[in-house]
Amino acid sequence: MNHTTNIMIVGVGGQGTLLASRILGNVALSLGLDVKVSEVHGMSQRGGSVVTYVKYGDTVHSPIIDRGEADIILAFELLEAYRALPWLKTGGKLIVNDQRINPMPVITGATDYPDRIAQTLTECADTTVLDALALAARAGNIKAVNVVLIGVMAQNTGIPYEVWVQAIQGTVPPKFLEINMRAFDLGYHHKK
Amino acid sequence: MKKLLLGNAAVAQGAYEAGVHFVSSYPGTPSTEITECMATYPEDEVFVEWAPNEKVAAEAVVGASIAGGRAMSCCKHVGLNVMADALFTMSYTGVGGGAVFCVADDPGMHSSQNEQDSRHYAKAAKIPMLEPSDSNECLTYTKAAFDLSEAYDTPVFLRLTTRIAHSQSVVEVGQREEHAVKEYKRNIPKYVMMPAMAIGRHVVVEQRTEKLIDLANDCPYNTVEDNGADIGIITSGIAYQYAKEALGDQVNYCKLGLVWPLPTTLLSDFCKKCKTVYVIEELDPFIEEHCRAMGLAVIGKEKFSLLGEYTPSRIRSVVLGKEPPASIVPKEALPSRPPVLCPGCPHRGTFYVLQKLGLTVSGDIGCYTLGAVAPLSSLDTCICMGAAVSAAHGMSKVKSPEFNQTLVSVIGDSTFLHSGVTGLMDMVYNQSANTVIILDNSITGMTGHQQNPATGKTIRGKATRQVDLIELCRAIGVEHVTVADPFDVKNFERIVKTEVARDALSVIIAQRPCALLKSVKYEGHCRITDKCRRCKMCMKLGCPAISIDKQSGSVHIDATQCNGCGLCIGVCPFGAIEKADEEEHDK
Repeated sequence: MNHTTNIMIVGVGGQGTLLASRILGNVALSLGLDVKVSEVHGMSQRGGSVVTYVKYGDTVHSPIIDRGEADIILAFELLEAYRALPWLKTGGKLIVNDQRINPMPVITGATDYPDRIAQTLTECADTTVLDALALAARAGNIKAVNVVLIGVMAQNTGIPYEVWVQAIQGTVPPKFLEINMRAFDLGYHHKK
Repeated sequence: MKKLLLGNAAVAQGAYEAGVHFVSSYPGTPSTEITECMATYPEDEVFVEWAPNEKVAAEAVVGASIAGGRAMSCCKHVGLNVMADALFTMSYTGVGGGAVFCVADDPGMHSSQNEQDSRHYAKAAKIPMLEPSDSNECLTYTKAAFDLSEAYDTPVFLRLTTRIAHSQSVVEVGQREEHAVKEYKRNIPKYVMMPAMAIGRHVVVEQRTEKLIDLANDCPYNTVEDNGADIGIITSGIAYQYAKEALGDQVNYCKLGLVWPLPTTLLSDFCKKCKTVYVIEELDPFIEEHCRAMGLAVIGKEKFSLLGEYTPSRIRSVVLGKEPPASIVPKEALPSRPPVLCPGCPHRGTFYVLQKLGLTVSGDIGCYTLGAVAPLSSLDTCICMGAAVSAAHGMSKVKSPEFNQTLVSVIGDSTFLHSGVTGLMDMVYNQSANTVIILDNSITGMTGHQQNPATGKTIRGKATRQVDLIELCRAIGVEHVTVADPFDVKNFERIVKTEVARDALSVIIAQRPCALLKSVKYEGHCRITDKCRRCKMCMKLGCPAISIDKQSGSVHIDATQCNGCGLCIGVCPFGAIEKADEEEHDK
C-alpha cells in the first residue's frame, strides 16, 4: 500500500488555513518528497467550514484524505475540530485551537453549540488543546494565530526545525517576519 | 525546475510555455486562478483580459485564433453554457493559431448552482477534450492542447474538476516556446459559416473526428498499465488518482487523458485482457455509455453514484469489498456552518431592508446569493447569471400589478454587465414596471476580487475607461435611476419603497464597496452598551459577529469577527451599539 503522511487542516473561512497548508506543502517539497495540497476556494470561504488536505510521501495519488486516514488534524476552531474527528486515524494526533466561532444556525438560535468539545475530544483521541489566540497576542498580533498553530503542528511531524524556519521565511513578508517567527516558536515549544 | 503548483496555475504555466498570445475569460470558481495567473506573465508576451462574459471571451478567442495567434479562454462548467454558441460553430471553422478552451467542472458543487458534466459538450460540438489528473498533467496537457489544435485544425477543450483545479502538486516547469502570430489570409469557405460553406465544413469535422479516434487509440495521453490482474479499471482525471490510491497494483488501468473522442480498439483490447472491468468516472456515465455502445461488458453507475465526488475508500469498497478504516463519529448532531455574508458586507444592508419590507426578490449569482440564508432569508430565486432581471420580467408579465409592487430583482455589478443588462433592455422594450437593484460593490466579489468593466481597472490593475452604470441604464431607456448607500438603512428603505410602488421601470444602484477590498477601512469594532433592551433587531442582520446568549438573552459582539462597519448601530432602535476604539480590539 501507499505510505503517505496525511494532514488535515480545518477551520472557518477567513481564518488563514490556506497559509498553513501552503507552508506545509513547501516544507514537504523542500525535503524532496512528493506532495499534494487540496484547497477550498469560492463560496465556502465566506465564513463556512473549510477543509484543506496536505499529503506527502514517496508518491501521492489522491489529494484528498478519507475518513479514518488523517495522521494529524490541525483545527483552527473547536466545532470544526469536532466535525473533522471522523477523519482522524486510530492513534492520530489532534491539535485544536481553543476558539469558538458561532456558526449562523447557532447565532440565530436554531441550534446549540455543543458543550465541552475540548473535553470530549481529549477523551477519545490524542489531543492538544491550546489558546493559540493568546499566544499570537503574546507574539505581537492576534492575526499570527495560524503561524502559532503551524508551530504546534511542526513539533508533531518530525521535520527539522530549520526546514520550517526556511519555509516561513520564504512565505511571509519581511516586515511581519519577526512577529511570525515569535509566533512559530511559541507554538513549536508549546507543551501539551 | 520543480514547483508546487495549483492545477490552475499549472494550466497557466502550460499556456505560457506554449507561447499563448491572448487569454480572455470571465471569472468562475473553480477556474478563476488560471486567468489570474496568466496576468502574472509579461504583458509584451501575452495579452490577458477579463471579458464581460464568457461568450464575449470565447468570441474574442475565435478572433485571435483566426488572426493567427495562440489563444485561450477559461471558464467554469456553467460558463461553458454561455460560450457554447461560439464553440459549436468554431468546431466547423477550425483555427488559425491554436485555440484552447479550459472548462472546470465542480462535482460536489463546492461553489456552483448545478453539477453538469462538460464532457457532453465535447461530444455534442465534436471538439476533442483532454483531461489531466494532476498539476503536472495540467501543464503538459495544456501545451499539448495547443499543438493538437493546430495539427487537427480544431479548437480543443481542456477539462478540469475542482480537485484538479484547486489541488497543488509537483510540476516540472519549463521555458516559453515562442510561436509567431501566423500570417492572416482571407479564407471565406473556412471562416464564413453561411449554409453553403458550413455544409462543406461539416464534412471536414466528421473526417477530423475519424482521425482523432485513430489518435485516441494510440497516443501518449491514453495509457494502459498492465499489472497482470483480473480486474481492469477504465478511468480518467481525478478518478484515476482515487483509483490508484485505493487499488494500487491490484488491478490493471486504462487511463484516458483524451476523453473525447474516445478510443475504440484500445478499450476493446483492454477489456479482452481483464475478467471484470469497472469504469470509474465522477458524474455522468460518459465513458461507460461509449463502452456499452461498443458492446463491452463493463460495470459502472450500477455500483458508482451519479452524484458528487468520489473518494478512494468508496472505490476500495466497491471494487475490493474492503471496509473503510475505523473512525470516531461524534455522538451528537453538529450544527452546520454554511457560508455567510462577511462582517461588513454591503449586501447585508440591502437584504435587511428587503426582508423588512417582505418583498419577493428575484436573485442572481454572486456573494449576494447568500441573502437566501437565515436569518436574512430574503431571496426567492437563483438560477443563472443575469436571470434576476429577465426572470423578474417574466414574473411580472403573468402576475397582477399588485404582485409586481412587491417584486424586485437584485444583481451584482459584474453580473449585471455579464448578462443582466440585456434583461433590462427587455424590461424597457416590453414595458415592465419593475425595480432592479444593482448591488454595486465595486468588484467581482464571490470569485475573489476580479476587475470588471465597471471598476475602471484592467486585470493587470491598470486604469481604463469605466462603464458608468447610471449612464448605461439611462441610455437604454430607464428613466428612474437612483443611487443609494445600503448602509444608510433608513434612506435606503425609503427609496426602495418609493421605487417599488412606482408604476414605471426603475433601477436602484446600491453602492458600497466590498468590505474585503484593501481600500475599505472601517475603524475599531462595535460593542453593545447597557442601553440594550434585548429586542434582537440587530440579530436580524445575520452578522457573524453578533450573537445572543440563549440563557440570559444578552447580545454580544465578537471583537475578533467585527470589522467596525457600524451597520448595526443604525439598525438598533435604542442607540445601544457604539464603537469601541482600536486599542481595545487588539487586546
